[in-house]
Amino acid sequence: MSATTKLTATRLNRLFLAGELSAEEIVEAYIERIQAVDGQVGAYLTVTAAEARERARKLDARRKAGDTDLGPLAGVPIAIKDNICTQGIRTTCASRILENFVPPYDATVVSRLQAAGAIIIGKTNLDEFAMGSSTENSAFQVTRNPWDLSRVPGGSSGGSAAAVAADLCAAALGSDTGGSIRQPAALCGVVGLKPTYGAVSRYGLVAFASSLDQIGPITKDVADAALLLSVIAGHDRRDSTSHPDADRLQRIQLSGDASLSGVRVGVPREYFAQGVEPGVRQAVEEAIAKLRELGATVDEVSLPHTEYALDAYYIVATAEASSNLARYDGVRYGLRAEADSLLEMYLRTRQQGFGLEVKRRIMLGTYALSAGYYDAYYKKAQQVRTLVIRDFEAAFRRFDVLVAPTSPTVAWGLGERVEDPLAMYMADILTLPANLAGLPAISIPCGLSQGLPVGLQIIGRHFDEPTVLRVAYAYEKATQHHQARPALGQ
Amino acid sequence: MSREYEIVVGLEVHVELATKSKIFCGCSTAFGAEPNTQTCPVCLGMPGTLPVLNQQALEYAIRAGLALNCTINKYSKFDRKQYFYPDLPKGYQISQHDLPLCEHGYVEIDTPEGPRRIGIRRIHLEEDAGKNIHAGDNIASAQASYIDLNRCGVPLIEIVTEPDIRSPEEARAFLEKLRSILIYAGVSEAKLQEGQMRADVNVSVRPKGSTALGTRTELKNLGSFRSVVRAIEYEARRQWEALQRGEEIVQETRAFDEERGITLSLRSKEEAHDYRYFPEPDLPPIVLTDAEIERIRAQLPELPDARKRRYMEAYGLSAYDAGVIVRDKAVADFFEAAVAAYGKGAEGAKTVANWVINELARILNEKNAELAQTPLTPDHLVGMLKLVDAGTISGKIAKDVFAEMVETGKSAEEIVKEKGLVQLTDEAALAEIALQVIEANPKAVEDWKKGKATAAQFLVGQMMKATRGRANPQLANKVIRAKLAEVTGVTNE
Amino acid sequence: MAISRAEVEHIARLARLGLSEEEMEALTEQLGRILAHMEVLRQVDTRDVPPTYHVLPLQNVLRTDTVQESLSQEAALRNAPQAEAGAFKVPKITEG
Repeated sequence: MSATTKLTATRLNRLFLAGELSAEEIVEAYIERIQAVDGQVGAYLTVTAAEARERARKLDARRKAGDTDLGPLAGVPIAIKDNICTQGIRTTCASRILENFVPPYDATVVSRLQAAGAIIIGKTNLDEFAMGSSTENSAFQVTRNPWDLSRVPGGSSGGSAAAVAADLCAAALGSDTGGSIRQPAALCGVVGLKPTYGAVSRYGLVAFASSLDQIGPITKDVADAALLLSVIAGHDRRDSTSHPDADRLQRIQLSGDASLSGVRVGVPREYFAQGVEPGVRQAVEEAIAKLRELGATVDEVSLPHTEYALDAYYIVATAEASSNLARYDGVRYGLRAEADSLLEMYLRTRQQGFGLEVKRRIMLGTYALSAGYYDAYYKKAQQVRTLVIRDFEAAFRRFDVLVAPTSPTVAWGLGERVEDPLAMYMADILTLPANLAGLPAISIPCGLSQGLPVGLQIIGRHFDEPTVLRVAYAYEKATQHHQARPALGQ
Repeated sequence: MSREYEIVVGLEVHVELATKSKIFCGCSTAFGAEPNTQTCPVCLGMPGTLPVLNQQALEYAIRAGLALNCTINKYSKFDRKQYFYPDLPKGYQISQHDLPLCEHGYVEIDTPEGPRRIGIRRIHLEEDAGKNIHAGDNIASAQASYIDLNRCGVPLIEIVTEPDIRSPEEARAFLEKLRSILIYAGVSEAKLQEGQMRADVNVSVRPKGSTALGTRTELKNLGSFRSVVRAIEYEARRQWEALQRGEEIVQETRAFDEERGITLSLRSKEEAHDYRYFPEPDLPPIVLTDAEIERIRAQLPELPDARKRRYMEAYGLSAYDAGVIVRDKAVADFFEAAVAAYGKGAEGAKTVANWVINELARILNEKNAELAQTPLTPDHLVGMLKLVDAGTISGKIAKDVFAEMVETGKSAEEIVKEKGLVQLTDEAALAEIALQVIEANPKAVEDWKKGKATAAQFLVGQMMKATRGRANPQLANKVIRAKLAEVTGVTNE
Repeated sequence: MAISRAEVEHIARLARLGLSEEEMEALTEQLGRILAHMEVLRQVDTRDVPPTYHVLPLQNVLRTDTVQESLSQEAALRNAPQAEAGAFKVPKITEG
């Protein structure tokens, strides 16, 4: 097995630019690896081998012709979660309703990746419309955790996280509405960054919950996360919620200084409450001790509204989802069930096109917005959201970052939680507050529990990805956890 | 219940704004393109696409609010109005629910009892839906429907009135005035035949003298003012008759059947819409400062009422004449340009006004056309008036020349030249014609001899006929009398 | 608070979501449990707390009124399940 696929994006780019590896060699190594291993993992819904080879040849030709402006991701194969639109390439959201949808446009992030020289290698599996925490809600296939094929990879960006963990791509994009980048990154032992809301354009990201969704990178290390962020972040006129400050994130420099002296780290008490497994708690506490060792000052902090965040989140997310998914009506694209009347066409198309979890959320969200319930549910949830935000604001007056476990548990067995939606929703309990507040948060590997990866979550202020990445980078350099890899197919 | 009843009407008027591109994407708003050629991923509601508000649409909506005497809200936002319909790609319409852009305005209309204010409750900005085309001759025989999304995403303002309208005629007066104001303000062309202005009508009735509001019904999507009038007339009568039979009015949406002139129930109560409005997460709020609002106010063009006052003051036109001229902005602009080019002050303005109010209005009415659809320019009219002033053509000929100009766009001089319409002022030539006429009409000559002065008028008419109207009437009169006196020896006054 | 079967049917109709008998039953039970869990929010005092609809203080995000190229009719209709004569085709519209 080629060592090429183990390399980080940063390293691959350097080797490509230096002429030590051709883009074609890189692409072939990944295609070979995918053919060998993805049958077991099930990370990809679509492998764009032909397009990737074609693009690799062009990059090689340009490099040979002396082109020195090939970009910071030139030669790097990247996987894209299949809820991010790719022009001319099927974009399914792992849903029957979009099974054959071919977008006539690229998401802004895809254009940016390509402008930076990246090679799109395929589209990864997810929970249908990103609704889920295990990737089991895909209409098409199961994705398995590369660390233990009997377990879930987390979700909803489970395909992207598993692909990175199993060396099926150099890096990937995911989307995070309540933890969908960080939680699978934690469960698969890789790095996952959810940027500040408004930092990365949502144009072309198939909307789940518009006020919470954010695209971010899933990578093998922190430096790659910073690199990908610098490429995909930035103001975009096509997304009205894109922030002008986002342009600052295109110039992130990771400091070689490993010291965290002067950095104030807050540890939210509520994030270590019931439900956090002892093994997870232990790994995270050891990580916190390491941060202190590196010079950070560490103190406990309270985010008192944390216990209400889950319910507020599920109301806001499902309400917005019920609206965002109204467009799948069988008229202009996607699945249509034949029917004699228009009403029957709607009912059957959506019955056949959506899976049970999506239906559950559409129902919940429709209920929360329906006449007579709006104030008690939707408005109330958005008020609680304000309180969650105020908690964070108070904490960030005292601290530069907050650290906590990413997931209360390590990867669980396939099928264990599918019958119990509430238990599944609990998987997001430590990640979704950052979405409610629009804050940047990263998950980085911080050791193993029961032989399975544990993620350390670092949450920062709006647009303070530099500090979040600085802490993550310092920790990563001081430890070996990110180098741990599953034995799969080695 | 045999007392008289009173009609209570409120209107919701949708008006397309005159932007070049759609409200949330860059597709063209031009009318009449092939189906689905003015769409993009955004207005097709494709997955992952996002709206970005058209700055000009916002500005037009604010301008409309100012023109209709509204307060402009400093903070407003967009909401999603959710319902399923094939012409609504996203399954929701981006609209404004609880915080509209404009509120608390009014429009003043003229009624037989004098001017009256119709309150404007609110104006909000939203996107238009697409168009449904039904195969077959009518809805009933159609097997399928077809969706054209070219219109989807065209910016609209919805203007909601207070229930201040008391008759079908007032509804028409309001709509005409509203249309005129919006055109003057430059925010919409408000072309009715292109569906750029459509009204939903809320109608209820109550016994005269009562102040309570009755249960109302909503009549949807009326595309002409005539339909509005007919629909209100029918619906009010239907409601009153139902009440007199002791029935209750059901609050519902009804359609107006143009052919039969009746309204029909569209949906029953249990299927009433639950639009599940919530704030649009994809669009940040609109926050305006006083300075921004004042900047837009300062750019507001002169509106019809102001212009009417100016015409009365500057040109001494009557309120009626000024009112007729300003009703259509294109006509008023024509009038002003003609007055300026004619250059004879208030006197000239009255002459121009007469032509505009009488001849122009009559011709446009006969042709059922707008001024802009004719080739007529102010220079046409002024050129013609100068020929009249110079005595080159008679006033009677001028009417024919005018009609010809409206038809062909040729100048008065060209027409006069081509058709040989120059007035006959040569006394000798007219005397020749007078003699012919006298010879050909012995009866009239006999009458003249008997002292009937009117015989001369008859013979002048014959002279005009013989010259195809070209004879100068005063001169013809003088010559015929002289010749009659010469021939008969009789003089009549 | 439990949700009644009739309410579930009403909500499904609003959302134009066809549900099988089993789905209807499962959802009635599950939505009931989830909504019961959400009752916890009632404990939170939110008097005078404004709702958060946007986490960033953006406002007046506007584009200039310029026409950009549209998709061709063929591209607009390419993903359509049924298209005819340049238009999207649907079963006859009868509802208002």
